[in-house]
Amino acid sequence: MAPARERYGDAMSAGARLELRDLRKRFSQADGSALTVLDGVDLTAEPGEFVAVIGPSGCGKSTIFHILAGLEDASDGAVLIDGVQTPKRLGVCAFMPQRDGLLPWRRVIDNATIGLELAGVPRAQARERALPLLERFGLGEFARAWPWQLSGGMRQRAAFLRTVLMGKPAMLLDEPFGALDGITRGDLQQWLLDVWDEVGSTVVLITHDVPEAVFLADRVYVMSPRPGRIAAVVEIDLPRPRTLAIEESPQFAAYESRLRAALRGRTDPVDEPAAGTAGERP
Amino acid sequence: MSVIAAPPPRRRWSRRLANAWPPALVLAVVVGLWAGVGALVHAASDVLPGPDLVVRSTWQDRSNLWPAAWTTTREAIFGILAAIVVAVVLAVAIDSSRTVRRSIYPLMVASQTLPIIALAPLVVIWFGFGPLPKIALVALFTFFAIAVGLVQGLASADVDATNLLRTMGASRLQLLLRVRVPSAIPQFFTGLKVAVTYSFVSAIVAEFVGAQQGLGVYMTTAKNAFRTDLVFGAVLVTAILTLLLFAIVTVLERLALPWRRPASATGTP
Repeated sequence: MAPARERYGDAMSAGARLELRDLRKRFSQADGSALTVLDGVDLTAEPGEFVAVIGPSGCGKSTIFHILAGLEDASDGAVLIDGVQTPKRLGVCAFMPQRDGLLPWRRVIDNATIGLELAGVPRAQARERALPLLERFGLGEFARAWPWQLSGGMRQRAAFLRTVLMGKPAMLLDEPFGALDGITRGDLQQWLLDVWDEVGSTVVLITHDVPEAVFLADRVYVMSPRPGRIAAVVEIDLPRPRTLAIEESPQFAAYESRLRAALRGRTDPVDEPAAGTAGERP
Repeated sequence: MSVIAAPPPRRRWSRRLANAWPPALVLAVVVGLWAGVGALVHAASDVLPGPDLVVRSTWQDRSNLWPAAWTTTREAIFGILAAIVVAVVLAVAIDSSRTVRRSIYPLMVASQTLPIIALAPLVVIWFGFGPLPKIALVALFTFFAIAVGLVQGLASADVDATNLLRTMGASRLQLLLRVRVPSAIPQFFTGLKVAVTYSFVSAIVAEFVGAQQGLGVYMTTAKNAFRTDLVFGAVLVTAILTLLLFAIVTVLERLALPWRRPASATGTP
């Protein structure tokens, strides 16, 4: 890890432990009735783990992130960071929203450093930290470009660089590759794993893409349609470091079909383990 | 059957020329009609002076006209600047506080129903015959367009970007400066362009009521001397000055928004 430590400097940090206990969220609607979005969600991400949350649209995945990031409060239940209930969570986790969230009036480098800037890091110092990483993220020539000049994949990389540079112990990635074509997507997934390996922070990823969840995660939480609950938890026991070639393996296919079944709400993962899997949680 | 082909890429200047010739043609037709009608009905020069006479007399009287134009220009510019200050303060206050929004915004809209022209004599009574009442009136006429543009622009800030910066621990002031204000700049300039077109008119109206110098005074004097050609000249100069101010704002807009994607750009690398 020494070279990585050198490269990322302060951006590198030990991962945090995130835990959601019986998380519930209700919104009151215009007609006065209550809409239950999350109905008892338990989720744990151990330090340095890569956890994926998968589920149909509207199941409350993004609400989980909004609560974790501190944008919203839970109606009930607890959010624990490193084992401590943390009611003020803004600024604790690095959040990457579904759309890249690049500010159109900032050049790529200034978008990348905005988290540091808000944290009070002097501009020159923030840039110094960002410049070598721009290279690593394939954006070296685009440091001075405006966001509209970037392709979709480059925008996502810039947004991810911004997330990494914040140097937080946990990263929340909300469908980071949702809008990309298949080829770009595969490359970026591979690349995300490499960067995560170097950074060492805890990652929670939201996705609706089954192979993506299997390829990236140590553990996948499958959510039910609204009101959101955890329908299944699947440990992905594939060796690391992983490359895209692993998608051809029979175990990969087994995990995929298992997740698909859980998404359709058919399978109780405890009763019906798929071939080649191990270590489910109830 | 017709096939719609994409126009060949043009260079900037040729495109600007292409944009310029239709209004130039219309203008030429209007001037031609003006000259033609005048000649046809043998209009007296104090009723409808021909374009050639207007240009010639205006040029001859330039030593009187320039100082007048300069006075009015100063009033218009200072009025706009005052309007910007008022509009920024109001818009930020309205944007920051629901209470302010609910108490000030309706009054701001209501202020536009006041017959501002009718207020001009009052302003002169209060502030005298110097430049101050003109600047005040220009500001009163123009702040609304700027303020409304700003309020809408601030409110147009992207919710996702705002949330993102909140998760980074941004304070309200940081959100205002880094998300809301930059989001508002395009609409600020839209408002400013509207304001600029009002600025000279309102300065001149203020001068009609009472002033020592300015285009309004010049027009009144020329009218009283039956020098219709000079009235026309002053109108032309007003139009040209307004266009000039508008062009300056357009240039400033471009400088302030270097990040804006040019309309002609297609695709991404």
